[in-house]
Amino acid sequence: MSIRITCPNCGTRPIEEYIYGEIPSVPDTITDADARNVDRAFMHNNPEGPTIERWFHLYGCRRWLTLHRDTRNDKVLLE
Amino acid sequence: MNEFIEQKVKLKWHPPKKSYDVVIVGGGGHGLATAYFLATRHGITNVAVLERKYIGGGNSGRNTTVIRANYGIPEAVRFYQRSVDLYAQLEQETDRWIMHKQKGLLWLAHSEAGVRQERARAEVNTAFGSETVYVTQKEIKEICPQIDLSGGGEWPVLGGSYHPAGATARHDRVVWALAEGAMVRGAHIHQRTAVTGLMMDGDRVTGVETSAGPISAGAVVCAVGGHVTSLASMAGLRLPIRTHPLQAFVTNHYALDFDPIVASMGLLFYISQTARGEMLMGAEIDRQPSYSYRSGHHFIQSCAHRAMTLLPFLRDLRILRQWTGVCDMSPDYSPIMSKTGVENFYITTGWGTWGFKAIPAGGQQMAELVATGETPELIAPFTLDRFAKDRTLADRGSAGTH
Repeated sequence: MSIRITCPNCGTRPIEEYIYGEIPSVPDTITDADARNVDRAFMHNNPEGPTIERWFHLYGCRRWLTLHRDTRNDKVLLE
Repeated sequence: MNEFIEQKVKLKWHPPKKSYDVVIVGGGGHGLATAYFLATRHGITNVAVLERKYIGGGNSGRNTTVIRANYGIPEAVRFYQRSVDLYAQLEQETDRWIMHKQKGLLWLAHSEAGVRQERARAEVNTAFGSETVYVTQKEIKEICPQIDLSGGGEWPVLGGSYHPAGATARHDRVVWALAEGAMVRGAHIHQRTAVTGLMMDGDRVTGVETSAGPISAGAVVCAVGGHVTSLASMAGLRLPIRTHPLQAFVTNHYALDFDPIVASMGLLFYISQTARGEMLMGAEIDRQPSYSYRSGHHFIQSCAHRAMTLLPFLRDLRILRQWTGVCDMSPDYSPIMSKTGVENFYITTGWGTWGFKAIPAGGQQMAELVATGETPELIAPFTLDRFAKDRTLADRGSAGTH
């Protein structure tokens, strides 16, 4: 069973209809402006555990939604 | 690892020492190959490989065992050709049968753009020391008679590239051969030993905290698959890595010989026949970043559909097993083998969907980097700081799955 994501407009749909969107966050410890740009462009938090992310419902309403998911087991925590 | 294998393979287990010259985190192909080459090429045997579960149980045991060098950029062609060469001599060198079999690799193009790409691939490969030739429809049919060149009417095969060096090997045997080679020369391997922290002295790594107690080390090599971001963050490093699951499956036996490895650049799947006669298939990574090993029905459905479009005989087969590994994807689809800016801490990661084929060359180069402290020329382009320096090695089209 693939992951199912509940879209506020279209209801619960399989993950294959969505496009993943990461919420970039540059740590405050990086202060240099160039280093912040590099981090924002290339680096990832790649968390192991509960995470907040954005998904775009490409094959549906074409709107963004926010999803809370645990990356250790792909459980959707909060929609 | 069961008793039968322990009798066959001369593995000797030791309790962990307090201190080693080199500690390698991650007992997969890359970590063990690094230990193997440190022992055989540099005489460094006071080495420990730490593995959280059992050796070869992560992505080294979850891949599709393809060995090839038909990459699209010079740096990658040179590096992977080294790996192809080392694999070809690994049986002789280790005196262990890794079931290495040269099969030839066929990459199919379904569009004019695809044909141009495969022609370019053949040129780049030839120019930088690997052999790839452009092949016509007729030649494709000769290499692989089972192909439906019309692609079910929807995906016609217009041409492709053929890479004779394409090969496969048995993943477990590769891991065991390298582990044994390192162990008989004195390296230690500690299974079920998780690294829980790094010991730091200012900007210098001095050892690792493990579930079996602290171990100090002259150098620490991070050869972890999947959990590399967490480990690197212990040294204060940020990585350009996102971890995605990748699924694969095998069918029951196909009675006839299916000689080559076939990949379709348009349909995005690849297929080969295992030594047991099963048809082994894989495709693209899952879209969500995740560490979950869960497999899904959607994947086998879509991958099987695409495979049957080109190879109609697959309709009569049944799917036997399905599995999932987790791939550390780098933004430019090239690996990272590098010093890190943190003293005594080295990293080999970003092995995405192309880690197995790189095991011997990756290990050889990392061993040289650790032993000499100098970055070998072959992997000089693959440093971690290439992103900040705007020298990325974009090669998405050669990953085979994207």
